[in-house]
Amino acid sequence: MRTSTPARAGQYTALLAYLVFLAFPFLWLLSTAFKPPRELGSLHPTWIPEDPTLANFRQAFDEQPLLQAALNSLLAALAAAVIAVLIATPMAYVVARRRTRLAKAVTGWVVVSQAFPFVLLIIPLFLVLKNLRLINSVPGLVLVYVVWALPFALWMLAGYVRAVPPELEEAAAVDGAGRLRTLVSVTAPLLAPGIVATALFAFITAWNEFFFALVLLKTPEKQTLPVVLTHFIGAEGVADLGPLAAAAFLATLPSLVVFAIIQRRITGGMLTGAVKS
Amino acid sequence: MRARLLALVLLLLLAGCSSGGTRDDGRITLRFQSLAWQEESVEANKRLVEEWNATHPDVRVEYVQGSWDSVHDQLLTAFEGGEAPDIIHDASDDLADFAYGGYLADLTGLLPARLKSDIPRRSWQTTTFGDGVYGVPFLQEPRVLIANATWLRTSGVRIPTPAKPWSWAEFRRVTERLSGRGKYGVAWPLKEPVSATLNLSLSAGGQLFHRGPDGKVTVRFGTGDQVVPRTVHAQANTDRSASPTTLGSGGSDTLPGFFAGRYAMVPLGFSYRQQIVQQAPRGFAWQVLPAPAGAGGLTQGVSPQTLSIAEDCPHKKQAAEFLDFLLRPPNMVRLALGDWMLPTGTEALKDPALHRTKDGWATGTALAGHLRPAPAQSVRGYPEWKDKVATPALQEYYSGAIGIDELGRRLEEDGNLVLARYQR
Repeated sequence: MRTSTPARAGQYTALLAYLVFLAFPFLWLLSTAFKPPRELGSLHPTWIPEDPTLANFRQAFDEQPLLQAALNSLLAALAAAVIAVLIATPMAYVVARRRTRLAKAVTGWVVVSQAFPFVLLIIPLFLVLKNLRLINSVPGLVLVYVVWALPFALWMLAGYVRAVPPELEEAAAVDGAGRLRTLVSVTAPLLAPGIVATALFAFITAWNEFFFALVLLKTPEKQTLPVVLTHFIGAEGVADLGPLAAAAFLATLPSLVVFAIIQRRITGGMLTGAVKS
Repeated sequence: MRARLLALVLLLLLAGCSSGGTRDDGRITLRFQSLAWQEESVEANKRLVEEWNATHPDVRVEYVQGSWDSVHDQLLTAFEGGEAPDIIHDASDDLADFAYGGYLADLTGLLPARLKSDIPRRSWQTTTFGDGVYGVPFLQEPRVLIANATWLRTSGVRIPTPAKPWSWAEFRRVTERLSGRGKYGVAWPLKEPVSATLNLSLSAGGQLFHRGPDGKVTVRFGTGDQVVPRTVHAQANTDRSASPTTLGSGGSDTLPGFFAGRYAMVPLGFSYRQQIVQQAPRGFAWQVLPAPAGAGGLTQGVSPQTLSIAEDCPHKKQAAEFLDFLLRPPNMVRLALGDWMLPTGTEALKDPALHRTKDGWATGTALAGHLRPAPAQSVRGYPEWKDKVATPALQEYYSGAIGIDELGRRLEEDGNLVLARYQR
């Protein structure tokens, strides 16, 4: 179907407005990160800093171990994403292909479990990790993130598995492929976009997580970025805005980079099954 | 989900097989969780820890950076898990649950006489729960008026001093005189209206919470309690001398308008001066004025910052010695200057650095003797009363949606129902 020029212009305008709306917080953060304190207190703030400075970045790095924190966050988020996907993928396959009551119950429970507030879980979890001597350790945090990400990862991946026509697997079986060969050579490639999207979800969830990291990690060299960012905030919400914006801007970059790298795969994943062949 | 369940079961099984570890390897190590966050404050804390470690090789202190955000939940989890820091920085209004829960050590017999006598009794009251003392109050801040000095001087109004402050009625007249043409005499940042209202109401003789002979607390919204709310309400709704837009804002949100000359005064905590020094435009002249006084004089309520020792700390004596070191008068001054706050210690308060006129230190220091425990300090059920009853009622009153009678009815009737549940 052809779209008329005015309609197309309208679409692009709407899209542009939406992009501006989405980008506003990030661009404002970027602008704030480069503003000197006196511009931060201005009643008429400008988009582009009048007297741009790197002092906020310097102060942020001087005051807090940002690089170490970023490394810890990256390690925890990557490990959580990889492990969650490795565990969730075969589980999702079983849940999606075996349409039993148990599979339905599991799916239902997965949805319900997402409603549990953190504070209900944190004390028992803390005690368990303490006895395992995993308090104040990134592996301990990874374990929590994996357990936390698994239900949703399972639910998400099960949807992708259902989008892969079983006839393809049956055809592979007819051609003589065994179960494992079918899974590896036929199903897995088709699931790739879903796996990437799920991993991204697990990564971003872990990257942004604050409360578990706050409670489980004690020493500065182990803390993650969201925890370190709160060190720029004082009692009653008073904030050291410049360094906070600078550090928060840096904290958003890895997510953006990861997203930019794999967005094409995600798009592919979203479209999987959209068209009936 | 199954994986999640299996993982948890596995963890529980393993948890049952392992045992807790010890932290010490011959010498004593104490973990000190500080909530210092401003650059100078963190620096001062770290320096003091280094100085202690340099002179006490047998008792090493580890500085751990804490965070004001979620500190209550974080500490509660650590206490429950037996992993709390040995020395804990917090605010006195957060201590009641921990003290009554048995998580904090009673410091009564641990602290040296010097420290006990150096801090006034009224400050100790903020950390006394039942028969025990569960924290050392060491920093506090009064609420003051930060004023546009040029505007005040040219307007010809009388400039108040701690010796001769404005009354609440005079304050109202002054703000009315300073207002007009889109400008306001005052900008009240009342996003969190309860503590500001309650603490300032002490100056007008307000008390709000009354403890009966049976030890139970009830709310009574008396004449003294009404002075501050009535003044703010009149400024915002009758005189139009208080900016209506800042009533829902936090303290920092009012600063751009203050710097732009839109408001003559902003009531803020004493430590906000640091932000003003950083952010004020070049040439902007500002000064610190005492909050208005009433029947109770310059009295106002505060919840000091505190240092406590965990009940689980195996080396309480050494931890108390570290507290004694950290809170020696010269060190308390360093901490106070770093946080732009006032020390509670009487010796520290004498330090010349805290009596400079520059940045309003002298005005704040003159108020120190008038600071009392916040009215709600030890009232059980206060957080729920604050969130469910007082905050919405005061917000509606200040915005003009309800009158003083309805405000009083809600604070008393609805409030007492809440408090009664905690005092059965």
